Amino acid sequence: MLAWGRRRAYSAAMSKTPFDSSVFPQRHLLGIEGLSPLDISLLLDRADEYVELNRSVGGKLDTLAGRTVINLFFESSTRTRTSFELAGKRLGSDVINMSVSTSSIKKGETLIDTAMTLNAMHPDVLVVRHGSSGAVKLLSEKVNCAVVNAGDGRHEHPTQALLDALTIRRRKGHLDGLQVAICGDILHSRVARSNIHLLNTMGARVRLIAPKTLLPAEAERLGAEVFHDMKAGLKDCDIVMMLRLQTERMKTNFFPTVREYYHFFGLDYAKLEAAKSDALIMHPGPMNRGVEIASDVADDIGRSAIREQVEMGVAVRMACLEVLTLNLEHESVA
Amino acid sequence: MTLKTPPGRIAYVNARLLDPATGLDAMGGVLTDGEFIADAGAGLFDGQIPEDATLIDCHGKCLSPGLVDMRIQISGRDFENVGASAVAGGVTTAVCLPSTTPIIDDRAVVEFVARAARKAGLVKVYPYGALTKGLQGEELAEMGLLAESGAVAFTDAVNAVANARTMAQALSYAATFGLMLVQHPEEPSLAEEGAMNEGETATRLGLTGIPKEAELIIIERDLRLAQMTGGRLHFAHVSTGESLDLIRAAKDRGVSVTCDTAPPYFALNETAVGDYRTFAKLSPPLRAEADREAIVQGLQDGTIDAIASDHTPKSEDMKRLPFADAADGGLGMETLLATTLELVHNGHLNLLEALGLITQHPADLLGLPAGRLKGGAAADLIVFDPDRGWKVSAGELRSKAKNTPFDGRPMQGRVLKTVIDGRLVFDLDA
Repeated sequence: MLAWGRRRAYSAAMSKTPFDSSVFPQRHLLGIEGLSPLDISLLLDRADEYVELNRSVGGKLDTLAGRTVINLFFESSTRTRTSFELAGKRLGSDVINMSVSTSSIKKGETLIDTAMTLNAMHPDVLVVRHGSSGAVKLLSEKVNCAVVNAGDGRHEHPTQALLDALTIRRRKGHLDGLQVAICGDILHSRVARSNIHLLNTMGARVRLIAPKTLLPAEAERLGAEVFHDMKAGLKDCDIVMMLRLQTERMKTNFFPTVREYYHFFGLDYAKLEAAKSDALIMHPGPMNRGVEIASDVADDIGRSAIREQVEMGVAVRMACLEVLTLNLEHESVA
Repeated sequence: MTLKTPPGRIAYVNARLLDPATGLDAMGGVLTDGEFIADAGAGLFDGQIPEDATLIDCHGKCLSPGLVDMRIQISGRDFENVGASAVAGGVTTAVCLPSTTPIIDDRAVVEFVARAARKAGLVKVYPYGALTKGLQGEELAEMGLLAESGAVAFTDAVNAVANARTMAQALSYAATFGLMLVQHPEEPSLAEEGAMNEGETATRLGLTGIPKEAELIIIERDLRLAQMTGGRLHFAHVSTGESLDLIRAAKDRGVSVTCDTAPPYFALNETAVGDYRTFAKLSPPLRAEADREAIVQGLQDGTIDAIASDHTPKSEDMKRLPFADAADGGLGMETLLATTLELVHNGHLNLLEALGLITQHPADLLGLPAGRLKGGAAADLIVFDPDRGWKVSAGELRSKAKNTPFDGRPMQGRVLKTVIDGRLVFDLDA
């Protein structure tokens, strides 16, 4: 009874919100680049509502009842995959997880073959992560369903940028005019690229702080100010985003030792002093404590929004799945 | 194929004759007798066409020597497929990289390739010999013996000879026999894992970049080595403006160096990669617009000696992959004339200059008996319409592989007929 009652309350609450997804003009969510401020706001607004609902009541919605979401992960992931799984299930869809790195690829099946095989099973949404930039876009060209990019190589990770934006907006009330520093391994980071596009689109100002070896060529052309000194770069920042040092993607000599890296680019209280006193600390996880961020800074309840980011992740992914699935409905009606 | 039938005497009349070697550009005719040109000239058939000759009316279109393509790849041993692409593009002589199966690093293979190419008929194929055994960049191949068997010059194909000492010794040894070395200028450690030109586009797409310095470093190094050893050096598919500055300066100080480029480097730039288009994944990578402009400039001022198609067939399976995993290379022979004529239509070169870059110049660089329109020369000819419009459609190309970087591009100028050794081997409108 209780569960039923909760579910009624949940559904009733959601149905009060007038929502027209037909204004979201994308069939897939492959990246932030190319989205308009309106597209982004639409997703953030919708996600905001899901945050409140996820907090206030439990249970499941039936928005995506009868829909199938396939999580197709060519790279191992726990956080993002779980987050998408939870988002899909909270909306009432069936969610299937596939880790391809452990099955077909080893048998020589190509990306296209995998896409065709899954397409024949008629999923509604494919959530895809792949280690190669552009692979998710390539796959999206071969399937009939909606595709969400859950990270492709060094290219984009749009739902991470959206959840970061939602976290910031809820804490600061807005995105425009904020000074945001993204620090660390920019070169290998799809999170950094998606965040640069999103923050610029929404009127924030972006700084990148990293050693030259961890910055891609002409990074400033993406719309960011580049710094090589943490204190100079963090000066008067509202937001400090730390990135994970992706040692698994590095061969050699991007920096001499972890000790030296931490000394110059690890976030500790001494460097943080340069930022605004109410600067928010963020990290997409998983963290390397003592490498890019000091433990006490990461765990600072007053300053760190790292755990909140995880919570926002589920809400943002619910919004994305809903919007793209409703687009499919419009398509089938039309 | 009617290859065994003697072609007899054929009179090509009413043609605009173009011969870059002599500067001839006039209305006239050509008489071929068997496999050779009997005579060619402005007033050739005034009133009297030999009675026994078959008549071919060119309707005022251009007639020139067949194209000489100094750099193609043959995938495996697919000589027949190469021939179909070649003649459709007006290429009558092609020089293939030694990266065939088997690799051309042994005199038996040179003979095998020559035989296979002859058997397949159509285009005349000359082989490059491997510079090092197995194209591994370590031990020198038997360049002298390979040359005796017919290898026209020496290269490690798509591999640069990375070791400076090996390159110095190769240049020095080759100079003993007056042989030319062809280098793919790309420092391998700087290009490692690279998928496209380094810069804003690569950063946006999240692809590992190949800096232009990878090309410049090898060019600077090898120019020094050529000067040191007196060796004869040629750089293939030069792609950056600064490369040309280096080569220009070296030529001025008397270094024995030449270079070529390929149409993608003067007709396209890195933006052709767009949204991960693997057909635009080439080696060297497509560069910035400023580099493209500099390549056009290099063709105008003569720093670049020839244009090669860099014809590299790759199957769909090797191209329909995530960008970083996809194979390098694009088709080129069927678009070689039209892309080169863009330089004429855009006012950068005149017709004879442009044709020279794809006929006489490459033939002279490699010492090939080709690219001439005169009595006694092989009857390798093309008839083309420099203004005929068409649109490249990958699906309609003769090549089995369809990986053209020019798919969908409108072109102006098309080969109508291709004649090799006096025989009509391609007729567009037939």
